[in-house]
Amino acid sequence: MTGRQTSIPNSKNITRSRLDNGITILAYENPAVQSVNIIASIHAGSIYELPAQNGLASLAAGALMTGTATRDFDQIHGALEDIGADLGFRGHLHKLGFSGKSLAEDLPTLIDVANDALRYPTFPDDHVERLRGERLTWLQYSNFDTRYRASKAMREALYPDSHPYHYGAAGSENTVKRIDASELRGFHAKYFGPRDMILVIVGAVNAENAVELASDAFGDWRNDSQPAVRQVERPARNGTSQQQLVVVPGKTQSDICMGVLGPARLAEDYLPAQLANSILGEFGMMGRIGKSVREEKGLAYYAYSRLGGGHGPEPWSVSAGVNPENVDLAIASVLEEIKRLTSESVSDDDLADNQSYFTGRMPLRLESNEGIASDIHGMVSFGLGLDYLANYKETVFRIGQDDLLAAAQRYLGAHDMVIAVAGPEGDGSSA
Amino acid sequence: MTKLTHSTLPNGLTVLLREAHSAPVISFWLAYRVGSRNEPTGQTGISHWVEHMMFKGTEQFPAGMLDREIDRAGGQWNAFTSMDATKYFETLPADKIDIAMHAEADRMVNAQFDADETESERTVIISERQGAENQPTFWLQEGVRGSAFRVHGYHHEIIGDEADLRSMTCDDLYAHYRRHYCPANAAVIAVGAFDTDDMLAKIENLYGSIPSAGAPDLFARQEPAQQGERRVTVERPGQTAFLETCHHIPGAAHADWMKLKLLDAILSGSSGASDNKTSRLYQALVKSEVAAGVGAWLTPTIDPYLYSIIVTLREGRTADEAEAILLREIERLQTDGISEAELRKARKQTRAAFAYSTESVTEQAFWLAQSFILGDVYWFENYSARLLAVTADDVRDVARRYLTAQKRVLGTLKPTDPQQEAAP
Repeated sequence: MTGRQTSIPNSKNITRSRLDNGITILAYENPAVQSVNIIASIHAGSIYELPAQNGLASLAAGALMTGTATRDFDQIHGALEDIGADLGFRGHLHKLGFSGKSLAEDLPTLIDVANDALRYPTFPDDHVERLRGERLTWLQYSNFDTRYRASKAMREALYPDSHPYHYGAAGSENTVKRIDASELRGFHAKYFGPRDMILVIVGAVNAENAVELASDAFGDWRNDSQPAVRQVERPARNGTSQQQLVVVPGKTQSDICMGVLGPARLAEDYLPAQLANSILGEFGMMGRIGKSVREEKGLAYYAYSRLGGGHGPEPWSVSAGVNPENVDLAIASVLEEIKRLTSESVSDDDLADNQSYFTGRMPLRLESNEGIASDIHGMVSFGLGLDYLANYKETVFRIGQDDLLAAAQRYLGAHDMVIAVAGPEGDGSSA
Repeated sequence: MTKLTHSTLPNGLTVLLREAHSAPVISFWLAYRVGSRNEPTGQTGISHWVEHMMFKGTEQFPAGMLDREIDRAGGQWNAFTSMDATKYFETLPADKIDIAMHAEADRMVNAQFDADETESERTVIISERQGAENQPTFWLQEGVRGSAFRVHGYHHEIIGDEADLRSMTCDDLYAHYRRHYCPANAAVIAVGAFDTDDMLAKIENLYGSIPSAGAPDLFARQEPAQQGERRVTVERPGQTAFLETCHHIPGAAHADWMKLKLLDAILSGSSGASDNKTSRLYQALVKSEVAAGVGAWLTPTIDPYLYSIIVTLREGRTADEAEAILLREIERLQTDGISEAELRKARKQTRAAFAYSTESVTEQAFWLAQSFILGDVYWFENYSARLLAVTADDVRDVARRYLTAQKRVLGTLKPTDPQQEAAP
């Protein structure tokens, strides 16, 4: 182990330990606070489920805290809530993630309950049924949410039904209805294991003691049936644009979601694409899109772009909420900005502004336990190295205008964008 | 937390400073005592709209300049309009905070209200309202508040009524700004890595010369006591039903408010967790499979407002069932009170929640700004001590006095068939 902190988390001040069973535990001391946060992940996301079981991984994550071999539902939640602690498990596309926080003095309880829920869940039938009912209520509600429907329509058109990203992690009403507790137990037995698990602890704790505490808890975990980490391929696109229109009755606003396949986090041009995205729809109150759609034309309260990143080819997307009469105008304005980004180099000022923005925001992000833990988790999860943050400024300022143009052209210039609109009937859109 | 320094400049501007050297950042806030509470009919939503116009720039800081400068510095800035206040903030690396201090001083008096910009922003604001209308629960909340308050400004949504958003003029907005944006109606708050004496000197230099004609008379009308239970039903296309139960309660400065806060911790939990599965309401409503979720809101306000509980019903369950369970839990609280174990848990949760909410300079500054708005700059400073002084008897007492039928408003969101809605 190595240890002691200075300022930016790096290989010298993060205490790190790799256990025999494949778990990496990292701890960082933040004496300025009274609390401690944990962030962790294992490879048990929705990409491991079958399409007919869509929602299984997410439901399994949600049901971990409904009962364990030694604690029932009330005992699990009582242990946490009695001390004002919080712990939650969530199923994502690639990973199951969990995060929690407590007063620093209560870290042992937080680790103990997390270990218990992750390794020894019993998935009691009655609690699984109840949780399933809650999920179905949420899915039914979401079906009348235009932003959710536009995003879902874009995703389903962008990825073929043979690709895991075609399906959202939460599943659908049809699939969630059919999942039972035995499937949760089977999914847990096969996919939940220590290999490549990452656990980060940040707060008012002694880092070495925290690593030792977590090692004692998780060190004897084994699962020989855990399969290899699944890689997600980039789906083939046919080079044509697609338009989707979803009618959601009784709404007063339409939501637009436009997207293409974006780079994975580890792609060589991820950072140039991220800078290009910032110029397009983020920097200075939503970038060029915000300026055009919101400030100049007054079409929308929100209009921004987002780069998914992550472990696979997640979308590079633009979202906007507009009056149904303005859908076509808003889409045209966004396409105009995309055309500009893919045909002209950004200016020296644009590049310098955004490089400064990317590096300047680090002190704010590193002000909280959660921000620090999230950044350390990201460095390990994506194999960036523990000195990634320390070298970040130099890395960002090495990127040039040609890099941004190439990234924008590669992803946004392929003319295979999906444009999805969800709103009231007869919204005037030609999409 | 380090000591709070409280001073008032000769022009009436309140200054609240707290040094915190845990990170090299400063959060700088300007809080104005004007919100939707102070809006007469015909001008609902004007405080929020003025907040939007404040981002249109001044002669010294034209539109877009601060967006660029603050983002370049890696900072955050934004504004919030609430029922009681309009607040602006910038959180920046400590060596970059001067631009925020200059800009806030400048836009207190020099904000530009251009007619074309006003029209452009009108459609943005209406779009914001329409986006909210897409959520069925927005209509429920609007219906319940409209029923709970007939006279007081808490009657309408912060975003305003669409009729007013369509009719207000640039002159209306400018008059609202000139009337309410003045030193005697505002506070400057800074928390972070600075020297207090240096920061105070900078503030005096930038804000001390801004003239003030004294604090404005704020439009506010007292709500008469409710005479019996009120009910409201809202129908929207969808599949999910909701029940909202509200009770009229006093403002945050009243001694009973903190007792109600502990009552809320018992009913819905206060640990800062996403939900509280050992709370009485979760156990009674969600664990029994009547509801998919339950949440409660006790907002600290200047004037008497509402303690609100919202239940998301599961498919096939009715609002009547949820209401019966909820009222039974209230009656149990009124009859049997709470146990010592519940009291201990609530106190520990409160200590944890307080620790979480004071860990960033932005959160600390937010709560100082809120304390100023509530009329007691030490309101948040003394929060934990006051809450820890609440007894089990206090909780039963406020349950009996406030959670009564006479003070109650019940709202139901009834989903209607989307196909019928879609038919011409």
